[in-house]
Parts: sequence; C-alpha cells; structure tokens
Amino acid sequence: MSTDSPLLEARDLTKHFPVRRGLLARTLGLVRAVDGVTFSIGQGRTLGLVGESGCGKTTTAKLVLRLEEPTGGSLRFDGRDLASLDNGGVAKYRRSVQAVFQDPFASLNPRMRIDAIIAEPLTTHERLDRDEVARRVARLIDLVGLPERAAKLFPHEFSGGQRQRIAIARALSLSPRLVVLDEPVSALDVSIRAQILNLLRDLQAQLGLSYLFITHDLAAVAHMSHTIAVMYLGQIVEMGDAATIASRPKHPYTQALFAAALPSHPSEQREELVLTGEVPSPLNPPIACRFHPRCPHAMPSCAIHTPVLREVNGRLVSCHLY
Amino acid sequence: MSDAPLLELRGLSTHYVSARGTRVVRAVDDVSLSLAAGSTLGIVGESGSGKSTLALTILRLLPPAARITGGEIRFEGEDLLAKSDGEMRRIRGKRIAMILQDPMASLNPLFTIGDQVSEPLRVHEGVGRRRAWSRARDLMKAVRIPAPETRVGEYPHQMSGGMRQRIVGAIAISCAPRLLIADEPTTSLDLTIQAQYLNLLKELQRQHQLALIFITHNLGIVAKMCDQVAVMYAGRLVEWGPVTRIFDAPAHPYTRALLESIPRMGDGRARLTAIEGQPPDLAAPPPGCAFHPRCPKAIAQCREQAPPETSLGPRHTVRCWLPGPAPVG
Amino acid sequence: MNGSRSATLTVAWRLATFRSEGFPTIPLAILGLLLFVAVFANVLAPHDPEVGRLGERFHPPFWQQGGSETYLLGTDHLGRDVLSRLLFGARVSIVVGFTAVIVAGIIGTALGILSGYLGGWVDQVIMRFTDTWLALPALTFAIFLAAVVGPSEMNIVIILVVVYWTRYARVIRGEVLSLKERDFVRLAIVAGCSKWTIMKRHILPNVLNSAIVLGTLMLGVVVVTEAALSFLGVGVPPPKPAWGLMLADGKKGLMAGYWWLTVLPGCCIMLMVLSANLLGDWLRVKLDPQLRQL
Repeated sequence: MSTDSPLLEARDLTKHFPVRRGLLARTLGLVRAVDGVTFSIGQGRTLGLVGESGCGKTTTAKLVLRLEEPTGGSLRFDGRDLASLDNGGVAKYRRSVQAVFQDPFASLNPRMRIDAIIAEPLTTHERLDRDEVARRVARLIDLVGLPERAAKLFPHEFSGGQRQRIAIARALSLSPRLVVLDEPVSALDVSIRAQILNLLRDLQAQLGLSYLFITHDLAAVAHMSHTIAVMYLGQIVEMGDAATIASRPKHPYTQALFAAALPSHPSEQREELVLTGEVPSPLNPPIACRFHPRCPHAMPSCAIHTPVLREVNGRLVSCHLY
Repeated sequence: MSDAPLLELRGLSTHYVSARGTRVVRAVDDVSLSLAAGSTLGIVGESGSGKSTLALTILRLLPPAARITGGEIRFEGEDLLAKSDGEMRRIRGKRIAMILQDPMASLNPLFTIGDQVSEPLRVHEGVGRRRAWSRARDLMKAVRIPAPETRVGEYPHQMSGGMRQRIVGAIAISCAPRLLIADEPTTSLDLTIQAQYLNLLKELQRQHQLALIFITHNLGIVAKMCDQVAVMYAGRLVEWGPVTRIFDAPAHPYTRALLESIPRMGDGRARLTAIEGQPPDLAAPPPGCAFHPRCPKAIAQCREQAPPETSLGPRHTVRCWLPGPAPVG
Repeated sequence: MNGSRSATLTVAWRLATFRSEGFPTIPLAILGLLLFVAVFANVLAPHDPEVGRLGERFHPPFWQQGGSETYLLGTDHLGRDVLSRLLFGARVSIVVGFTAVIVAGIIGTALGILSGYLGGWVDQVIMRFTDTWLALPALTFAIFLAAVVGPSEMNIVIILVVVYWTRYARVIRGEVLSLKERDFVRLAIVAGCSKWTIMKRHILPNVLNSAIVLGTLMLGVVVVTEAALSFLGVGVPPPKPAWGLMLADGKKGLMAGYWWLTVLPGCCIMLMVLSANLLGDWLRVKLDPQLRQL
C-alpha cells in the first residue's frame, strides 16, 4: 500500500548540456537531454522508464542520483527540495537513494573483497564497530541469496548474476527508500534474469522499497512496474498505470514502441507500425511536438503548438490527437 | 525444387585446445541439423552455449586455437570441411554471407560506404569499379537507405547505428548468397530500429529466396522470424524442431524453463519461474547431461550418461532421457 | 594451420623472451643476481675498487694472453680490478636506479591521480607543468641540473626523480580519467564517499598495476641515464665506480685494443636494462586481466 505523499517528485526537471567547441570554448548549442519532465514515485512502488537512445532516461537517473545537477525544475524527496539541501542533507539523501547499474563486471571494484564492497556505504555514513558491520554484511549476503563464504572472495570469482546480487546487497546496506535500477538485467544471461527480477520483487515486498526501473525491455518493465513513463527526446510523452499503457497505448510513439516489441509466441500477431526515419539528435529537436516528423498521425497543428501532458482515459498523454 | 536441404550438419564438433594441449573446451559437441532453402533457423543459447562457435565453424572462420574434431557440413550437397582455403574464400561472401553484432566493428572507418559495399562484387564477380559503385547504390536502395547517391561517398562514422547495420546487410547480400548467417544482428539497436531491420531482412529473404540463420539469445526474435529453432546448451544441441511446436510444447526441460522464465506482456505482474543455478563452465562441464544440476526433472541417469539424440518426428530432435513435450505452464 | 610451424615460432618466441612456462625466470634471475651482488659487493669483490696499482695496468681478462687469475676480468688504466669495480658499480646502479624509480613513481602517481580525478584547475596546473617538463629533453635537462647542483650520488637520484616523474603523471592520469567513468566509482559517489576516500580506495589500487609496470620499464631508462651522466662526467663522481664512468674511462683504451674496459660494463648495463624491460613486459600482461586471455 502506498501512502498519499510521493517519495520522490520531479517537477519540470530539466538538464541541458552545452556543446562547446574551439579554443575559447564557445557554446555552440545545447543538448536538451531532459526537458521539463514531471513524475512521482510513491512509497513501495515502481516507476518504469522506457525509451530509446537519446530519450533522456539515463540522464534522468543521474539527476535522481545527484550525479548531475539539474539546470531547471526541481526534485523533491520526502517533500524537501534537493537543491536546498546542505551537506548534511545531501548525506542523508545519499543514504536513502541508491543504485544498481547495468554492467555487473564494472560495478564492483576488482581489488576489494565482497564484504568491503557491501559495507562501503555503511562505513561511510555510520560509525559501527567491526562486529556490527560484519553482522550486517552477513545478513545482506543472505538476503540476496548468496552463500556465507562469499564475504571474503573477490568479484572475479563470481558470475554475472551473482555480481548483480552483490551490487543489490550493497545498494541495500543502508536500508534505502528508493533504488534506481538502470538496466539491471540486460547484461545477464536470459536464464538468470528471472532470478534477479524475482529477487528485486521480493525485496520490494519485504522492505517496502521504491524503484525507478529503467530498461528497454518492454515485457520486463510491464512485469516489474506499477507505473510506466515513456520518454522521447527528453520529454515524457505518455505516463500511467503499467497494464493500461502496455495493453492500450495512446500516444503514437508508445504504440509504435509496443508494436515493435518482439512477440513471445510465433503466432502472436502484432500490428505493424513501422516508423519512418531515425531518432533526431537532442541537439536539434523538432519544433512543437518532437515526434511529429515521424508520426503516422501528424496534423498541421503538431508542428506549431507544443502538446501538453493531459489526462486521457486514465493516463497522461502529450498528443494533439486527444 | 529438390528436397535436399540447403545446409546439413551431421555430428559436427569443434573443440578449443589450450596452448599446451591441457585444457579442451568442447564448444560445439555433436550437432546435427538441416536447413531448407529459403527458410529461417534460429540458434538459441546463452553465453557459452557454443552458438557463435557453431556459426564460425560453418564458415570455417575459427581462431587458431579451435579445431573441428568431427562431423560434416554439407552445403548445397558439397562437404565444406573438405574444401581448401581458396575454395572457402570463394564461398564466403558469395554463397554464404555473415552479419555480426556490432556494425561499427564490421565496417572499416577509413573507407567510404561505396567502397565497402562494392568490395564483394569486385572480389567475387570481378566487376569494375564504376559498375560496382552503381550496383552498390542499388543495393543501398534495396536496404532502404534514404538518398543513396549521397550516402555512397560517406564514411561509416557519419551514419547512425541502424543505418550502419543496413549497410552491413547490403554488403552481405551483394553477391546474392543462398545463406545468410546473422549473429545477434540487432542486439545493439533500439527497439523501433530493430523492428524496421527485421522486417527488412524478411523482405530480402522473400525477394532473393535467401535462407537465414539467426544466432541469438532472444526468443522473441525466434518467435518473430524463424521457421525452426535449435536450442543449444553447453555446446550440445538439446532441442531442434519447428518453431510453433517447440513454443507450444517444448520437449526439453531447458527449453521449457527458458520459455517460462521470460516475462510476457499481458501476464501482468505474475511471478516469473526462474531457472536455478548458473550456466556451466565449458572447461569443466557437469558429467552426463550438462543441464542436470539445474533440471527440475533430473534422475540418476542424467548424472551418469549424456543423453543421445532422440527423434520426435521429421526434423525434430531432442536430447533428454525424459523427453516429454508438454505445454508451457 | 600448419601445426609444426606455429610450434617452432612459439619456441623461438619463448627463447627470445627468456621465458619458460611463461614465467620470466632468466630476467628475474639476472636482476636477482645483480641485487645480490650489489648487497654483498664488499664480500664478493676480490680487490678494492677504488685503489689501483699502477704496475698492474691494462691486464686483459684471465682467458686472454697476459691475463692472470688475480684480476679475473682484467684491470683498467689505473690498475684497478675491473671485476671489483663492476660489482661495486652494480651497487651504484641498483641504488640509484631503484631509489629514483620508486620516488619518481610515488610523486608521479600521486600527482597523476590528483590531476586525473580532481580535474579543473588542479588538472590544468599539473598538466601544464608536466607538459613543460616533458618538452625538455631528459638527458640535456639532467646534465644542466647536474652542472648546477654539482655531482654526488644523492644529487643524481634527485635529478633523475625530477626529470622522470612526469612520465608517471601522464600515464596514470590517463588511466584515472577512464577509471573515473567506471560504474563502481560512480556507485561509490552514490554511496556518499568523499573524493579522498574514492581516490584512496578505488582509484589508487586500480592504477598500482600500471605504476608498477611503468616502474620496471623506467628502471631501464633511469639506469641508462645515470650511465650517460656518469659517462659525460656529471654523474656519480670518481673514484666511486659506476658503470657509465667505467665506459667513459675505457673509451680511451678502445683504439689500443683494451676492449674489456668498455664491453664488460656495457654488457652489465645492457643485461640490467634488458631484464628490467622483459620483467615489465611480463608483468604488464600478467597484471592486466584482459590481456591475460591472449
């Protein structure tokens, strides 16, 4: 059950990267990586973020993790604006928001033992004696389904799936409230993915975690998320309940995306909605509706007036068709 | 139209031998299957299953550490293993073509697109430079590259990932091969680009009577594109047969477990059925049937002896002591 | 693939790099021997390396006509025993070489890490400094410094450190730049670690390999530089034996046919540098998990 006030709230979140060239570093243009994005994640809920290359989902993750600072808009955690946090507040934020990244082979320092890796967030924020740390690490190792003896080993002695479990254990060491999952299973073998996805689901139920789940795998996102947000060129074009969006997408891009998803059975017929052209560069997004050059339903007004996210049939869509 | 298959593999085995001959990795172990002209086969497996090695074996492009230790490869009735290096060179690119996963690595950054697309034509058919370039333009049109007249003079870095993969496709079909082997061709592409690309491959297949072999870990590609599927595990072919039959009622426990573990759209948030354990280490595979440590149906015999190939019908085989085609749960 | 041809090439390659079973036994043995000799020079040397007997000048090595067993490798123009001078010279080369390499390594690695990880003006300042430094030809610079501060063993070490720390800084900085982008460093930031903790716990251990490999390769360079300085007369001051100095002194005797005065110290320098390079090459492959697959 989620309480009423959202855990994380993004309002008009914006991140522009200036493109500099030349000896004097003149600003040539702006990469509008994230452009006015608004969403919220409730306690114990999962928001799935989908989109293709250049849509801004990775940058959004970095903004939430404070690996980048926004150039506009606001990010609120537990009601408090992140921009207004002092050093103590930032430290507290870091305790509450952790991450699991895509590549299990790059996420762990090859020169550290597993118990040191898992304990790192713990020892950074709290002053605990060695026994207490060891106790907590042992509990976390057990929580993610790894054997006790894993503690003294090095990352290279584990497989990809096991390393992801270690990364999850580390992310949980400070009992965070929100975990950003950036393609957590994409680099794993197919037969291992289900194990990890199940583990993440179980942990969510057990610990009341919220997830920001970023992936390009539509079936996985529909499976894991309560809410799905579809991004295109830095903006959210459709957002709503996961089952609704997956079965009855309204935005032409979402429809094309889900139509492009691979079937799970040879006899599954999918309506062919092939888009023309390539994804434009975020340096020069199209005017007004960013999708209009490729949209099969484009109307003259699409190139003039920017559509806004408004409620249609139980979800938010940004399209002039509605 | 003859009934003889276009490609036939019989008991094919490829082993990697370490420098001092101490470690032998059986990357491909006694694989037998066949492929008819114009049809599509999907070879499915995870990392270490041997699927990529199998593709390289067919084209005899193996690294020096690998040795083909047994079996036959019959292509259009000819035994490829008996061919000399020169004869194989004339086959590669002309009668059998290959597409790899990373288009940027497949294209030479220093040569123009036109040079690279026309290269097979000039090598295999001795076409002159000017004519080869004009045929290159036609090929690029066939793979739906917009404005091929301008693109022909450009360089790979000036194109997007999806377009580069199409160029690689154009190079592959330039000499009208009978068989195209695609090793994870869409893994690096976005979803909508992948859809466009797969449709293109289907179109080319129809136009040119091309047989396709897809090497992939993605069962979705198999469901969309393939007539037959071959499932590999630890170097062995554990199941091979018509795609609908295998998706409906897989006979091998690994195939079934794989199908059940993949999230399906429309299944809501039901719990996935995961496969326990880890994929095996090919240097020290489990005795008997390599899948037995993770198999829910394993019996004592599975630990002791590797199961032989059992036929379940025409062009449908399975390697299991307890094969029982049963519908996916 | 022709099996026997590749086998022959493998054997040839192994011999060329003095490897048996991949382990560089011969380079390590040579370096070990040099180290041993350097430490126990005063026990091993049959004569005093600095005092000569003018009546015994220019004895050739014992296997030649006119040689004797008292002076196994002959004597130089001052009647000093070449073997003893070689043994004590090893001490100089080893001490100067290792000290310079280690100190330059520490300074260069530290600055490389700071420069690479902190970026910004720290990086700019350190890098401009390094660039300027690197623009000066090492040997000329060393000679200049030696002329300014005067020759002594300590000064030579300092000069070598000053000239060569920049090699480390450059290389390590490059590694740090790519390490910085790795996921586990990002996750350490997400976990709340301070910059210093990250540099100490995540960056340093992962650049140590490169630093060590670079160190073994620099050993050769440093030894040759020291020899060159000594050869030019601005290195370790006489009568202390240094191989470079022996080369300089022996140069005059070449025309007269006193080959052992130059060839023998030259061989010692060559052996030390070659062993250090081979060791560094082996270490580089061994410590890099990716290359190990090859």
